[in-house]
Amino acid sequence: MGHIIIIGLNHRTAPVEIRERLAFPAETIGHALRGLMEKESLKEGVILSTCNRVEICALAHQNFRGVSEMKDFMSAFHGIPLPELDGYLYHYEGDEAVHHLFRVASSLDSMVLGEPQILGQVKDAYGYAGEFRSIGTILDKFFAKVFSVAKRVRTETKVASSAVSVSYAAVELARKIFGDLTDKTAMLIGAGEMCELAARHLVSAGVKGIMVTNRTFERAVKLAEEFRGTPIRFDELPVHLKRADIVLSSTGASHFIIQKQDVEEVIRIRRNRPMFFIDMAVPRDIDPDANQIDNVYVYDIDDLNNVIETNLEERQREALKAEEIVTEEVRSFRRWLDGQQVTPTIITLRRKYEEVKNIEVTKAVSVLGGEDPKTRKVVESLASSLLNKILHAPIAALKKDADGRNQMELVATVREIFDLPESPEQTENGEADETGQASRK
Amino acid sequence: MHISLLKATTFFYLAGALLYLYFIITLNERGARLGRMFLLIGVIVHTAGFALRYASAGYTPVTNLFESLSFFALSIAGTFLVVEIRYNLRTLGSFVAPLAFIFSIFPAFLPGEIAGLAPALNSYWLPVHVILLFVGDAVFAVAFGAGVMYLLQEKQVKRKKMGAIFKRLPSLDVLDEVNYRCLTIGFPLLTMGIITGSIWAEYAWGSYWSWDPKETWSLITWLLYAALLHGRLTVGWRGRRAAILAIVGFGAVLFTFLGVNLLLPGLHSYSSLSR
Repeated sequence: MGHIIIIGLNHRTAPVEIRERLAFPAETIGHALRGLMEKESLKEGVILSTCNRVEICALAHQNFRGVSEMKDFMSAFHGIPLPELDGYLYHYEGDEAVHHLFRVASSLDSMVLGEPQILGQVKDAYGYAGEFRSIGTILDKFFAKVFSVAKRVRTETKVASSAVSVSYAAVELARKIFGDLTDKTAMLIGAGEMCELAARHLVSAGVKGIMVTNRTFERAVKLAEEFRGTPIRFDELPVHLKRADIVLSSTGASHFIIQKQDVEEVIRIRRNRPMFFIDMAVPRDIDPDANQIDNVYVYDIDDLNNVIETNLEERQREALKAEEIVTEEVRSFRRWLDGQQVTPTIITLRRKYEEVKNIEVTKAVSVLGGEDPKTRKVVESLASSLLNKILHAPIAALKKDADGRNQMELVATVREIFDLPESPEQTENGEADETGQASRK
Repeated sequence: MHISLLKATTFFYLAGALLYLYFIITLNERGARLGRMFLLIGVIVHTAGFALRYASAGYTPVTNLFESLSFFALSIAGTFLVVEIRYNLRTLGSFVAPLAFIFSIFPAFLPGEIAGLAPALNSYWLPVHVILLFVGDAVFAVAFGAGVMYLLQEKQVKRKKMGAIFKRLPSLDVLDEVNYRCLTIGFPLLTMGIITGSIWAEYAWGSYWSWDPKETWSLITWLLYAALLHGRLTVGWRGRRAAILAIVGFGAVLFTFLGVNLLLPGLHSYSSLSR
């Protein structure tokens, strides 16, 4: 049957200098997958390569060379001698491998717990494997399970629910104040990196317009182009402030550029339509006392960091729930895999002795003269019922223990005493039997 | 038959309220869906009970405390369902569904027998006047719920302490919008309710306005909501101030309805407990 092996490295086991040398860029993945499949102990393979991790997942024959062949492949493909590489690599087999990939795809193993990109990257990896035909029935089923586990984790826990970056936290707050952002206007003052990032998030959240202002007007024009916004001269800021629902500020000014009384005046002109000030400058640009005005909310960088910290703590609490889901799903996948192994064993067993039976029946009939259809019928029914009675006990035992712990050993024993070949071909018959088995559960 | 139907609705409103509370605590969607279903069943059963009582009494059954409270609960549940579907505000249920339940408890303990109609109430104005006012009051009850939610959520955003409430409650903007919508619907209903009452009073008592406590308190309520509406439209009152006024306004509504009935005798005392 074979078992699942994963070797890989991530941001915790290897520094970026190593990770970048071992990455598989998209254009080399086809080549890499073909190379991987040439290894004789490997049957199916998927390669996941992101900036934080490289993982090779493969289905190997039941022997001990899978891991070493995968490591050899990694070393040869990137031209790095194995001893230099080995210290950075981890490997998992069987249930541990299943557990590992479930955690990776659910973003429980990510640098930023719960970050959403990893699932897409795993899906890409699966896509490449499909494209280059390095994936077969078992890994296909495995990855389907990986995606469903990740989805379950995302919907049943809040591990990815709240923002853990300053810029996202700002957008999340804006949504809690304004609800729909599509009829809101933002104003970007200055050109701090985090502010620009937050502005970008606001644009993708669909704000109606964005005004950009800077002490150097050229810079404002350039940034405005980037956001498809309107550049504003810095000295005209007070005139335009009333049009802004969301104000993002990070200038290098040494004093407040927006005072409390400025905001009081603007909010009166706006007839109390709410304003949200996000002050990312240090020293601050906006008088924090403006937060006392009704319908005005002022957040500085520390406030946002506090929000993130609370969110991170929540993610960590939620991660515990997610781990339980993963453990549960590993068990469920294990049951599927085991059932998978019982069925082909039964098929091989039956097929082997049907063949023996047919040969023996033909022999017996020819010894008995053979012309009489009745003779043939009697001999055949004798052989069939004998065979069924003999095989009934082992097959019943296999099926009975389909969920049990000793099942792998039982399968191995049955294979040994009946001298069955290692790897049975799947047949239509086998698949029908397999679905029957599945529906009985 | 109709009495047991009317009393059974208490159970449906209780189930609805509990499910909505379960929803806001666990954020399990099923709680909100089931809660809505129970409220809907409650409203249907309640309406059926109301119609049956109408049929057997021969007049619109809103003439004593049992009937009025029961009809008020029905109006709140019905109005809430409309608002919930319009704005998809499931968490509102955790605040408003309990109100429907609370107002349906008392009638469940009051005698529900049909007592015959006082002659002064025997008029076509009865259903018009009372239904306008109760539906208006129910709309204000929803505004009250949204107001409480607004204040809770605003405190979270203002104090920058994002707790469990922050995640669960909707945006400030939506809550303020509900406040405004309720005002623009509830206020005309209240106004027309008072006007029809005044016309009816001229027929029944020979005077449009006689400053009986119910009338006085209706006027106070009306002035409160008029001030809010005026402030919203002219000076742009909104947010916290509007939320607080919606809460105070609903206090006045309740006093006009219950406080006056139970504490202040007057021309309107058809619906005191003693009857």
